[in-house]
Amino acid sequence: MFNIILFVSAAIGLIISNQKDKVKTKQALKKAVNSFINLLPSLLGIIGLIGLMLALVPRELIAGFFGDNSPAGIAVISAIGSITLLPAFVAFPLASSFLDAGASIVAVACFITTLLMVGVITAPMEIEYFGKRFTLWRNLSALVLAVIIGPLIGVMVR
Amino acid sequence: MKSKIKKYNLFFLVVLVDLILWFYWPDKGTTAVISTGDYLVEMLLFIPPIFILIGLLDVWVPREIVEKNVGPESGVKGVVISILVATAAAGPLYAGFPVAYTLMKKGCRMANVVIFLGTWATIKVPMLMMEIKFLGMEFAAARLLLTLPAIILSGYLVERLLAGAEKAGEPKANKLTG
Repeated sequence: MFNIILFVSAAIGLIISNQKDKVKTKQALKKAVNSFINLLPSLLGIIGLIGLMLALVPRELIAGFFGDNSPAGIAVISAIGSITLLPAFVAFPLASSFLDAGASIVAVACFITTLLMVGVITAPMEIEYFGKRFTLWRNLSALVLAVIIGPLIGVMVR
Repeated sequence: MKSKIKKYNLFFLVVLVDLILWFYWPDKGTTAVISTGDYLVEMLLFIPPIFILIGLLDVWVPREIVEKNVGPESGVKGVVISILVATAAAGPLYAGFPVAYTLMKKGCRMANVVIFLGTWATIKVPMLMMEIKFLGMEFAAARLLLTLPAIILSGYLVERLLAGAEKAGEPKANKLTG
């Protein structure tokens, strides 16, 4: 659905652009191709890592960390969330299965917030675009906020 | 020039691990490669239009417009625009990096770059819809409500932390023109 919207807007953009200025449109396409080629190495590496992660880190292993709701247990879950990189269509069903298996809302919330907000695996890519300091501070502040938000979600959701 | 081959180091490493895995535990190796393949296909469904839109943005949208709407003087309006644009995004965070980078190069305020990335990562609409489906409305609403102020806070925090430092936006490689 959203993919279709993306494709349609890109197509409409290209058509309008081409009618207004063929040279500029060519430039835009060239930039698109160049930035894609630049992104490709990291992209392939990260996608490969996701594949490895899905194969090597079985659900049961992650689920094993979810029984423990002590601060230490939550810290471990937050660390797993920060380091792993799971596509949303894997992460949410997985989190839902943890809840069904008896994991607490706080644990699942911390996992989801750190998973989405902190990106250790994508950090090299982020550094390439924005520099080391930016990446460090953005991820650190995200980690702190994610760990605060997690328990608060637990309070709000019964 | 950082050698082109070196940029593929991570990928080669992954392929190597895949091979070792496949050699010793064929089923795990196969799972890894199949998951990667699936994900790659998934990815190719939204990466091309995103890059075309980045190209068009780069060529057509003048710096003044970016500066006026999300630049240093844009205030609340800049924050709102950054959030609204990013919620409409599709694709994982690392697809958002080049978009945010293009905006930054055109004069987007640092806080808004961070807010844009934060929104892209956490509360874009396709993601919320999936979250509602699997974790329920209540969970998704609570997370949205708490995440939104956190993202804005982190935007200003990171901007503050980076102020005075070497310009964070000074990239090593020029992604879009190189």
